[in-house]
Amino acid sequence: MTNIVVLVKQVPDTYSERKLNESDHTLDRESADAVIDEINERAVEEALKIKEAGEGEVTVLCVGPDRATDAIRKALSMGADKAVHVSDEALQGSDMVATAKVIAGALGKVDGYDLVIAGNEASDGRGGAIPAMLAEILGVPQLTHARELSLDGTTLKVDRETEDGVTHLEANLPAVVSVTEKINEPRYPSFKGIMAAKKKPVETVTVADLDVDAGELGLSGAYATVLEAAPKPPRAAGERVGDDGDGGTKVAEYLAGQKLI
Amino acid sequence: MAEVLVLVDQVDGEVKKSTFELLTAARSLGEASAVVVGTPGTTGKVKDALASYGAAKVYAAESDDANGYLVTPKVDALATVAGQASPAAVLVSATAEGKEIAGRLAIRLGGAVLVDAVGVNADGSVDQSIFGGAFSVKSKAAKGTPVVSVRPGAVEAEQADGAAAEETVALPAADPAKAATVTGVEPVVGGDRPELTEASIVVSGGRGVGSAEKFDVVEKLADSLGAAVGASRAAVDSGYYPAQFQVGQTGKTVSPQLYVALGISGAIQHRAGMQTSKTIVAVNKDSEAPIFEIADFGVVGDLFDVAPQLTDEVAKRKG
Ligand SMILES: Cc1cc2nc3c(=O)[nH]c(=O)nc-3n(C[C@H](O)[C@H](O)[C@H](O)COP(=O)(O)OP(=O)(O)OC[C@H]3O[C@@H](n4cnc5c(N)ncnc54)[C@H](O)[C@@H]3O)c2cc1C
Ligand SMILES: Nc1ncnc2c1ncn2[C@@H]1O[C@H](COP(=O)(O)O)[C@@H](O)[C@H]1O
Repeated sequence: MTNIVVLVKQVPDTYSERKLNESDHTLDRESADAVIDEINERAVEEALKIKEAGEGEVTVLCVGPDRATDAIRKALSMGADKAVHVSDEALQGSDMVATAKVIAGALGKVDGYDLVIAGNEASDGRGGAIPAMLAEILGVPQLTHARELSLDGTTLKVDRETEDGVTHLEANLPAVVSVTEKINEPRYPSFKGIMAAKKKPVETVTVADLDVDAGELGLSGAYATVLEAAPKPPRAAGERVGDDGDGGTKVAEYLAGQKLI
Repeated sequence: MAEVLVLVDQVDGEVKKSTFELLTAARSLGEASAVVVGTPGTTGKVKDALASYGAAKVYAAESDDANGYLVTPKVDALATVAGQASPAAVLVSATAEGKEIAGRLAIRLGGAVLVDAVGVNADGSVDQSIFGGAFSVKSKAAKGTPVVSVRPGAVEAEQADGAAAEETVALPAADPAKAATVTGVEPVVGGDRPELTEASIVVSGGRGVGSAEKFDVVEKLADSLGAAVGASRAAVDSGYYPAQFQVGQTGKTVSPQLYVALGISGAIQHRAGMQTSKTIVAVNKDSEAPIFEIADFGVVGDLFDVAPQLTDEVAKRKG
């Protein structure tokens, strides 16, 4: 049986206006709609495909405030079996180091994981490093930015796609994988799935339940701190013309006026 | 003066421009030391280039395994050098791989990760531009060695003379139980156009372009302007253009002097990757398209009329 853990993060919807709190420059979670990060639906989908191809169990792991249960339920309604939710006031303002360590600690709550599947980059912080950092802490191979993944017994093969091109990777389980937006099309939860999700077990834990150093957590424990944050003035619309057969010429005149050509 | 380590981004001895940007940023913090990770003989090929951007030292971490495993050889090399040199900071490019290297190194060193800096200040703080350029942030390491990933193209590379004194670093043997084996690579072929994140002009096409074949309208305009070609996610997902050219939230962030959007509606996630461009020009059939809200100059019209005419005009003006 393959024991798969999917890392799910709740983020402010990229369609809504995202803000930082004025007081401590942390993410203003109230200002924008909160959704499961789009990429994490693909991570769940990939886990379900592995499960459906053989035997397996899919556990959702999420570190985030109480309202992140919505993101967890979404993953469960797609077909994941159960969830671990780390929620604690002490985590407010945590940096990436703390997040990676808390996730590693919470993996201890999942009996003998074989495979961790994450998104390649969260849409809020665009850190793009939690999966790699987790592999570092766990001492297991990282097969990240996967655009294709195949599992044969305990051998994992991944096509990694980045700006450098495609890299073919291979490793044995246990391992950490992250997926890109090109890997699959996530399924929509069915009505049955949504109903079933309500009854699936969600274990809520606090940092006291985990083997992590409290001195590294939250705003006060962070290695990286924000000194200042300010919204940039929005761009204003400039000149707009219709095309009366001379649209290209008008653009050229504008560009010449701006000394761009 | 404390050393500042720069991870050299190179392919077969060809140093990427972003490395010169990192060396320039490193010099504002201390003494720039370049760390080369590659197969035996790599350092010899890149040393002169590193010297010309002010590298005082060049650490050569060479091994036959250097390209055989994903990410970890570079982390091993940087951790080894950092252990000897106690650097003031470590700088890497904010590419997919660079961000991963920075994250792992911070875990190993007990350091702070500062992601995707668009500026590096003399006091060790960095400037960041988040939520697609909607917020400017300044952050700093509160404890530990700062491990900074710097956005390619954000810092202007400046030449300077460096001694490039070479030091050999022994790479620890890789452990296949802890690292993924690289079984093959298909590097992107650069072509003749400038790199997206480095180009001073970018011409992008969206779903409005309609097909892969018709993308040559976008390419022709780009070539007349000496520009890089970009694409919206809808264009990439429809198979019109390869994924590495995607601009936006989940693609590349570009900040050129001029961005030309052809047949792109201007969804918030696309804007996130280009709205910090100096000048934006948009061509769209739909006068309500949101791209016009941020365009400095917009043409409501058919891109297949406007773009070829513009291409001709540019060629004419060049003479
Ligand atoms: C989490 C997330 C991340 C995303 N990341 C990205 C990203 O990185 N990059 C990105 O681009 N998008 C991203 N998107 C998708 C984004 O929401 C839009 O769907 C996408 O940008 C639309 O691309 P488009 O403008 O090319 O297509 P459309 O929205 O379909 O617009 C096509 C435009 O072309 C115009 N047009 C059609 N024919 C012509 C013609 N002949 N001449 C002139 N104009 C014409 C139309 O009027 C229309 O405005 C993301 C979405 C999500 C949810
Ligand atoms: N707080 C979190 N809880 C669960 N998973 C997370 C969390 N933060 C990041 N991840 C996972 O790591 C991926 C990459 O995130 P990041 O490295 O922050 O860009 C996300 O897509 C998630 O799968």
